[in-house]
Amino acid sequence: MAAVQFDQVDVAFGRHVVLRQLQFDVPEGAFVGVIGPNGAGKTTMIRLVLGLLRPNSGSVTVLGQPAGRGGRQIGYVPQSFAAEPDLPLRARDLVGLGLDGEKWGFALPTKDRRRRIDACLERVGALGYAEEAVGTLSGGERQRLLIAQALLTSPRILLLDEPLANLDIRSGHDIIRLISEIASETRITVLFVAHDVNPLLGVLDQVLYIAQGRAVLGSVEQVVRSEVLSELYGQPVEVVRVQGRILVFAGDEMVPLGHEELLPHGRPRSLPAEP
Amino acid sequence: MGWLNYLIAPGFLQTSQVRSALILGTAVAVCSAVMGVFVIIRGQAFLGHALGDVGSTGASGAVLVGVQAIWGFLGAGLIAGASVDVLSRRARERDVATGVVLSAMLGLSALFIYLIGQVSTSTGVTQEILFGSVFTVNPDLVLPMVGLALAAVVVVGFVYRPLLLSTVNPDGARSRGVPVGLVSFAFLVAMVAAVEQSALVMGALLSTALLIGPAATAIHVTRRLGMTIAVSVVLALVDTWLGILLAYDSFNWPPAGRGWPVSFFVVAVMVVAYSLGQAVPRTSTVRAE
Amino acid sequence: MASIWNTIFAPGLFSYSFVVHAWVAATAIAVLAALVGFFVNLRGEAFVAHAVPRGAFAGAAGAFLIGVNSILGLSVFAILMALGMGLMRRRSHNGVITALALVTALGLGDLFLTVGNTYAPEVFALLFGQLLGISGSEMVAIAVLSVCLVGVIAVVYRPLLLASTVPDFAAARGVSLTAMNVTFTLLVALAASLTVPVVGALLAFSLMIGPAAAGWYLAKTPWGAMLYSVGIALGTVWVAIVIGYDSSLPIGFLVAGVSLLAYMVARAINWFRRRRPGEAAVVPTGSGAVAR
Ligand SMILES: Nc1ncnc2c1ncn2[C@@H]1O[C@H](COP(=O)(O)OP(=O)(O)O)[C@@H](O)[C@H]1O
Ligand SMILES: [Mg+2]
Repeated sequence: MAAVQFDQVDVAFGRHVVLRQLQFDVPEGAFVGVIGPNGAGKTTMIRLVLGLLRPNSGSVTVLGQPAGRGGRQIGYVPQSFAAEPDLPLRARDLVGLGLDGEKWGFALPTKDRRRRIDACLERVGALGYAEEAVGTLSGGERQRLLIAQALLTSPRILLLDEPLANLDIRSGHDIIRLISEIASETRITVLFVAHDVNPLLGVLDQVLYIAQGRAVLGSVEQVVRSEVLSELYGQPVEVVRVQGRILVFAGDEMVPLGHEELLPHGRPRSLPAEP
Repeated sequence: MGWLNYLIAPGFLQTSQVRSALILGTAVAVCSAVMGVFVIIRGQAFLGHALGDVGSTGASGAVLVGVQAIWGFLGAGLIAGASVDVLSRRARERDVATGVVLSAMLGLSALFIYLIGQVSTSTGVTQEILFGSVFTVNPDLVLPMVGLALAAVVVVGFVYRPLLLSTVNPDGARSRGVPVGLVSFAFLVAMVAAVEQSALVMGALLSTALLIGPAATAIHVTRRLGMTIAVSVVLALVDTWLGILLAYDSFNWPPAGRGWPVSFFVVAVMVVAYSLGQAVPRTSTVRAE
Repeated sequence: MASIWNTIFAPGLFSYSFVVHAWVAATAIAVLAALVGFFVNLRGEAFVAHAVPRGAFAGAAGAFLIGVNSILGLSVFAILMALGMGLMRRRSHNGVITALALVTALGLGDLFLTVGNTYAPEVFALLFGQLLGISGSEMVAIAVLSVCLVGVIAVVYRPLLLASTVPDFAAARGVSLTAMNVTFTLLVALAASLTVPVVGALLAFSLMIGPAAAGWYLAKTPWGAMLYSVGIALGTVWVAIVIGYDSSLPIGFLVAGVSLLAYMVARAINWFRRRRPGEAAVVPTGSGAVAR
């Protein structure tokens, strides 16, 4: 059974068509990098999987069921988490909300509860600051807490929306390694949204490339190729591999990944690349 | 011309009360409409309202000390604005700090009103402090009030660009050498002047209404800031004039035959305009291809 | 000894029935307002806490006009405002909807008062509150309703906390953010309906903002913050009763004054706590400091 199936999915906000005819199956246990420029519709895709957004047409199936809200089978790591230093919420409290935060009433502080929260904190390496106020933690530390929060229900699918945004290269690497370890231990299906494919190259099974409202899914070799991306963008694109890294050119222009808006006329004439 | 008489009751423009109401209303409307756009963009709606409310502290304090009301209003506004500024280092904190400061000032106001001994003797004063009325303004105040409104608008015009930059991107502004703190403080002072004069002239209720309503509608239906300010001013003017006109017309309306308050009409027109604006699809989602 | 006691606690403070009513009612609303206040602080929605009781005053004026119980009118207006603000919140700038709801209510209130033009002491009493004028049946009603609302807060506590801290995650777990917005504004409205007759429409929000804001700076956990705010709110209203009974100073002034004091003290404590570990981390820049 596929973990996530998109069948002829169209999404438009008013007259603005964001995704058209999305068609792909993510196999269970796969580590998928969701790559695409800003505004390509990556978050929209995630919201479809979560059931927070209904497609205008087509269907989204998650673990054999139509996508619906409230699944504890899906762990979700939102893009950002704003907290001020004075917020009276410790790391442990935040993570604990992941266990049963949506339920009525309040939770009794049982031993079992504490053990499960500690286990998750330890798994992401956050036990050391479990008692700190979340607002005083760094971006990488907060990211770990959000991951622990998402993992508490032992989900079968993990969705991460740009967990690398606002992290330096080193913390980014640590997060990627953490997720890939968790993925191989638990056989969880991972959809990892990122601007750039390069940091993920070693851990990816598949790439879901989203651009111009369309998407292709396949291995890196299958998808990140000149022909496929030219087709996706509807213009000539060249993919070059240098020392194990992937660079993308269009004509003689090369634009940093996720900054297509820098191009003249705001239309991508060349493709994301990371020098 | 019978219908015109019906629309504009006889003697409208000949009444001196109406004339000064129109002049003051116009000044307040223009000034509030301009300030309101920035107040909303900067997320300071609560502060904008609070500055109007603390006018009651100023009013009662001025009676107690025996100075002109305007000094009470301005003093209370400056104290409140500066306290909020000092107490709020972060976004969430700002509204809470505004609440704490407002509660302290209103507490003082309750004390002052109690000390004056007006609580038990006259509801008129409390109602006045709460709602105000544009028809009861002392004509001597027309000139200073118009001057205050004008000064506020001039200050905003002067800091227009740095203010905008430090609002949308404070770090970027700092790196360009914009004195963000100073610019914010200049805006705060202009805001105090604008809100206090409108609170004095029209009451706390209308001061908030004219500050937020037209600007909110304008922000929804326009996408360029210059246009937003222009639309906001036009809406505020139409709203105020219509409110004064209807209040004058309503003089013989049922049930009491004593006239309906200006504030009610201004708010009613404002709510209608805002609702109509909401029916227009939000312009910012329309993309230029 | 007895004379000191009598100086602080004037005779009758614990025996006259009207004072006993005040103790019970004030204690009930203090607990309720402090708990609602925790969420007001968490969501940074002080404006809502101010606008609802203030605007709801118009409902009392309207009720007087048509000859209905003024507290009923107050509650109806509070609930209408809460529904409007809760449902429209996500569609507009923060604060704008609150301001519009407030001025709409006040515009109607001004109309009711002007058209009515009768001296309405019970309506104006609602403006400044009547802590020492609570009847026995009112006391019972306030106490019972407060206990019920505290129960409601216990039930909605977790989803409301989740939706207020990590809204995207909450939505993904099936918590309706709109439902939580409305839950929050309704809690404020119901707490306001009980608080306004006691503390007054002008200053009811003091009790929802001040103690919880102070507790915020002292606690490390949500539970701690709620406990502190309840404690501070109780201290606030109790001090207000003792002083108010002696001096007949307006209750709103006393509540606002004591909670302001608590807030300032809490911020000072927070500031000292923050400074102490910070000192070690400060990199010395002056020449004298480097030598050390
Ligand atoms: N609720 C919404 N209403 C209108 N437009 C939206 C909405 N959500 C997303 N969009 C638009 O859809 C496009 C894709 O957005 P998103 O999925 O967030 O992109 P990204 O790939 O950067 O995550 C953007 O152009 C965005 O403006
Ligand atoms: Mg996104």
